[in-house]
Formats: sequence, C-alpha cells, structure tokens
Amino acid sequence: MELSGWGRHPVLDCRVARLRRCEELGDLLARNRTLIARGNGRSYGDAALNPGLTLSMLAMDRLQAFDPDTGRLTCQAGVRLSDILATFVPRGWFPPVVPGTEHVTVGGMIAADVHGKNHHRDGSFGAHVESLTLATADGETRRCSRSDNADLFRATLGGMGLTGVILSASLRLRPVDSAFLLAETVATRDLDDTMALFEASGDRPYGVAWIDGLARGARLGRSLVTRGAWLPRSSLPARLAASPLRVASPAKLAVPVDAPSVLLNRTSIRLFNALRYGRGRVRGGERPVHYGSFFFPLDRIAAWNRLYGRRGFVQYQCVLPKAESRRGVAALLECVAAEGQGAFLTVLKRFGPAGEGMMSFPLEGHTLALDFPMRSGTLALLNRLDGISHAHGGRVYLAKDACCAPERVRQGYPRLEEFNAIRTEAARGAHRFASALSGRLAL
Amino acid sequence: MKNTETALIIGATSDIGRAIARRLARDGCALQLAARHTEDLAGEVQDMRARTAGAVTAHRCDVLDADGGVSLLDALEVLPDVAVCVVGLAGDQRAAQADGAVAQRVMRTNYVGPALLMGALAERFEHRGRGVLAGVSSVAGDRGRASNYVYGSAKAGFSAFLSGLRNRLAGSGVHVVTVKPGYVRTRMTDGLDLPPRLTAEPDDVARAVVIAIRRRRDVVYVGPLWRVIMLVVRALPERVFKRTRL
Repeated sequence: MELSGWGRHPVLDCRVARLRRCEELGDLLARNRTLIARGNGRSYGDAALNPGLTLSMLAMDRLQAFDPDTGRLTCQAGVRLSDILATFVPRGWFPPVVPGTEHVTVGGMIAADVHGKNHHRDGSFGAHVESLTLATADGETRRCSRSDNADLFRATLGGMGLTGVILSASLRLRPVDSAFLLAETVATRDLDDTMALFEASGDRPYGVAWIDGLARGARLGRSLVTRGAWLPRSSLPARLAASPLRVASPAKLAVPVDAPSVLLNRTSIRLFNALRYGRGRVRGGERPVHYGSFFFPLDRIAAWNRLYGRRGFVQYQCVLPKAESRRGVAALLECVAAEGQGAFLTVLKRFGPAGEGMMSFPLEGHTLALDFPMRSGTLALLNRLDGISHAHGGRVYLAKDACCAPERVRQGYPRLEEFNAIRTEAARGAHRFASALSGRLAL
Repeated sequence: MKNTETALIIGATSDIGRAIARRLARDGCALQLAARHTEDLAGEVQDMRARTAGAVTAHRCDVLDADGGVSLLDALEVLPDVAVCVVGLAGDQRAAQADGAVAQRVMRTNYVGPALLMGALAERFEHRGRGVLAGVSSVAGDRGRASNYVYGSAKAGFSAFLSGLRNRLAGSGVHVVTVKPGYVRTRMTDGLDLPPRLTAEPDDVARAVVIAIRRRRDVVYVGPLWRVIMLVVRALPERVFKRTRL
C-alpha cells in the first residue's frame, strides 16, 4: 500500500504487515530480506518505510506492569503516548519527556530518541528508559539496559529501528500534582534577545521559541518564547481546580481534504507570522495552560499535514553546537528569509548535553526546526540549509529528514561506524533491519 | 460509569473487546475478562491490572460450547453491573456458501452463542432489577448482501434478539444497547483494503459503546455516516437492491 511519513513526502508502495505476537517475527524474518518496524507513522520522512516489509507495531499495545510506588511502567512498544497519558494523568503521573505530538508510540520515541521542550534539563526520552527488549536478526529476543547488552542498548536509543524490533520497554513516569502548567510567553526583539532569554530560563523545566520566520535585519530571530513549569493543585484557579487531573480531549477539528497547494503561499505565511507575533506580544504574561495545549498544540487539528496539499511538506530540523549556534542560527534564518519562500513554522529550542544514544540527535546547543511545503525549489533550499548547518558543526534529525545527502549524515554522526559495527554483530552479518532512510543515507 | 462498578467483557482478547476494557479500566471499573483462549487472556489481564486499581479476573468462555458459553456466568464471583458481548467471526463468505460446517460456525459464533449469553445475563439482571447489556452487532445485519450474507444473517439475528430483549425489559431497570459498527480495523479485517473514511479504529467503537452504556442509548452506529448509508441501503427496493454489488 501507499505509505509515507507524517510529511507525506516521499510516498512509497510498501508491503505492510501487523505484528500481533512476538513469535511471528521469526517467520517474517525468514521470509523477508529486510524489514523495518513502524509505530504510528509520525516521523516525517522515510524512516519508517520499507517497500519490502513495513511492520506495523500498533497491535502490540499492552501495558505489562505499573508500579504506583516508583512510577515504573513496562509496556509493549506499540503503546501510544496518548494511551499512557489518558491512563496515567488521572492517576497523577506524566512521562519525563514528551515530543510535540501525543500520537507516537513508545517504540518510535525510543527509536528516534525524541526530545521535548525540557532537553536542557532532562535530556531525551532515552535517558528515562531503564531497559528494553529487542528482537534481533538471529531470532533472539535480548534484554538491553545500561548493564545488559549495554552497547546494543545505546545503539538502539536513537537507532531508527535499525538494530532490531523493539518489543517492549521500561521507563519511569514522574508524579504531577495537576495536569496544568504555568506558561509564560515573552516577546523578544531579536536572536540575541531570544537566546539570552533561554539562558535566563534555566530554572523553568520547559522552554521553546517560536520565531517570526520572515523578520529580517535588526529584527532577525524575534520570537515568542514560551516557558513553563508544572502547577501544583493548590495554585489552580477555581474553574480548573474542580478536575485538576483531566486528560486532553480528542481533536475537535480536522482537515478533511488535501488543501490546494496555493493555500500556504508567501503572503499567507507572512500574514500568519505577523498576526501570531502581534497576538503573542499583546497576550503575553503568565497563565495556566493544560498539558495538551502546552505540549501538543497541533494535535488539536487532526490531519493538519493536509494543509500542505497533496505534495506534502518537509520539516528541516538541525542542531548546532553551542559555540556556533548563535552564528549558525542567524545564517539559517537569513538564508530562509532571503529565499522569500518562508517557513510556516520556525521553532528554536535549547539542548542540554548529548545523551547516550550513538545515533541520537541532540547535542549541547540549539535546535532549529522549519516547515516547508514541498515545491520545486524546496530541495535546493534544504541543500543550502544543510550546507550552513554543516559549516557550523551541526547535524540533521533523522526522524524528520527526507532528503539529506549521505556524506553530510556521516559527518554529522561521528559514532556511525561504531553503531554499524554493533548492528552487524547483532545481525550476525547482513543488515536485516533497514528502511528507505537507511538505504538513502547508506547507513 | 462509576468506579465501583464491575463490567464483564465477553470476547476480551478481540481488538474491540480490548479497547472497551481499556476505557472501562480508565474509569476505574473492576473487570471480568472472558475469552475462548485463556492463555491469550493472561496478557490482557496484565494490561488491565496496570491500568486500573479495580479487580481484574479472567474467565474461559467459548460460545461454541453446547450451552453457548453460559456456564461462564456460574463461574463469576459477582454478577456484573455491565456486560458487553464483542464475540464475532467474519468467516469466509465463499467457504460458508460451499461448506455447511463453515456456515454453521459463523452462525453459532455470531448469533446462537451471543444470544444465549445475553439472554442468560438478562434473566439475572432482571431478577436483580438493574444492569446494562451491550451487544456489538454489525451494519452487515441491516440487510443481507451477496458479499457477506452468512455473517450478516447471523448479525441480523443478534440485532433482532437484542431488540426483543430491550423491548421486553423496558421499565425493568435493565437496559439493552445494540452497537452496529461498519468497517473496523481489526484482526478480522487485516489485509483488506478498506475505505479510510468509512473505517473506524477499535477505540472508536469502544468510545461509542461506553457512551451508549452511560447514556442508556438503544441502537448506535459507529460514525455518523453509517447510519445514513444503512438508511439508504435498507430503503432500496428489493428489485433494485438484488442487482447491486455492494
């Protein structure tokens, strides 16, 4: 069937099977040269596509144990974050790291070693995974942790599913007193102001900057910076205190069809950015916000990827090491603004030190994410952005990538050789777990 | 549903049964999970125990047993407040046309067993004077079609049985819900090319079931389009209908 990532580019004709029992894996491996596991299809590019066999893990969605004393949750890899939240928020627990959508699976979060708005404080998702079970090419199921099969564990965190099929994992949830955060939005004047505000916000667990992507010159990098911290129940206003641990409601709006590709044009993007910045500046200040709106604002609109029309979109996300990030981010923003094409969304976050995953994306510095509709000039623009990122010691996020060049990835991920050695050893020879991404990048 | 309630789910290892159990667990219900293969139930019991503070028990129940699986009810320590029957088997229409044994299996799985079970539960609920019975039937039961009439006729029987029960028990304190999903992405439909707009996820069915139980609904379709589609399908004159390929 026709399958794509969330960006809807590329679209490949893939054979798809649903794994229902772990025991079926041996047979699938015997009958297919390569395969890749797929969670809920929220990586953007071609990471979860394999024309030969794409193995859906969505039916492997059982919880296996929960310890209410410690918050340790053990579950199958196909369990969705939305399920964890709906089940455990009412009981006063929240995952230590969540990405920008709740429609992802535990296996997917480990494979991409996702980060949230709190990387500077808490690291990536993988830092909170205590152990996992991995089905490898030899048909074995191996328990991997920091003490057992430690190398395979570190290769699997951020390993994009290329070390095997993640079957289950144990992670620690954190206690929360309410489902609300105190969010503060501050409008900044320019990039220096934005970055300075990040540095001054170390005491808040969560932070993100939405950049006005079309501002240039002296206003380059002007942003709305949102910072947040969990609210104790006692600080909730009366209207929220009645149900302090309520769960996010499902999306009420949906994009029913592919939007015409002219919808997101230079003018509409400019207008959207200007309005948003203006509104944020006026409405700034502190207010209590539900975790759903704070962490997953785009989840309110189901199938929002259709806004970009039939040809889809790409999200370009790179990280730049701290020493270079001020100059690098400025150069990237200049390049996009000069192009005049404009990014619909431009998001900047602060990253703390890199984690243990050999192929994990984060490293200490800043990460910039830009959404572009897929058009004729888009690939050339991305290539230019890649060049800038590379010149400043940066690298791209494989979970978002759809078109980076193999050599850039090789240079950006210095532990690739080590990763591949472990992958080969676990496979006892040929790589059996492969995706369109790993083929394209010759990983 | 109040968190002191006990819910029995018959067909608890099915995708829809699991999704319903999950929603009830979030509401804090105690759960009685019944299915044919008890070894498969172990994983579901583990799952539900992680989700709810309420008690979770596992029970064997095979609607193909001579008594339709009704002996299950004697094995329950407490009579549930809510009972949901999700048992079903699509079967292969062509095989069922050619082989009476296949057809019988489809009929017994979708009609005889579930009806006997719901009937036996209704007796006990009526005696107690309260309870909710929810049966998951199918739009396939609304009109027999060439592509699946063996399955459809059994579901039609189940729908009619539930309708009769509801009629009989009106005013008794016992409520009967009939849920009619259209296409659902489950093990039953694995590998079929289903129209995305008309295909629900198991959790969509579960949400409809739980809301219908709470609000004491009578007959619910899953997804608003299906009610309209089946209205049209039912309204077509037989002369026209028999020539369609639906």
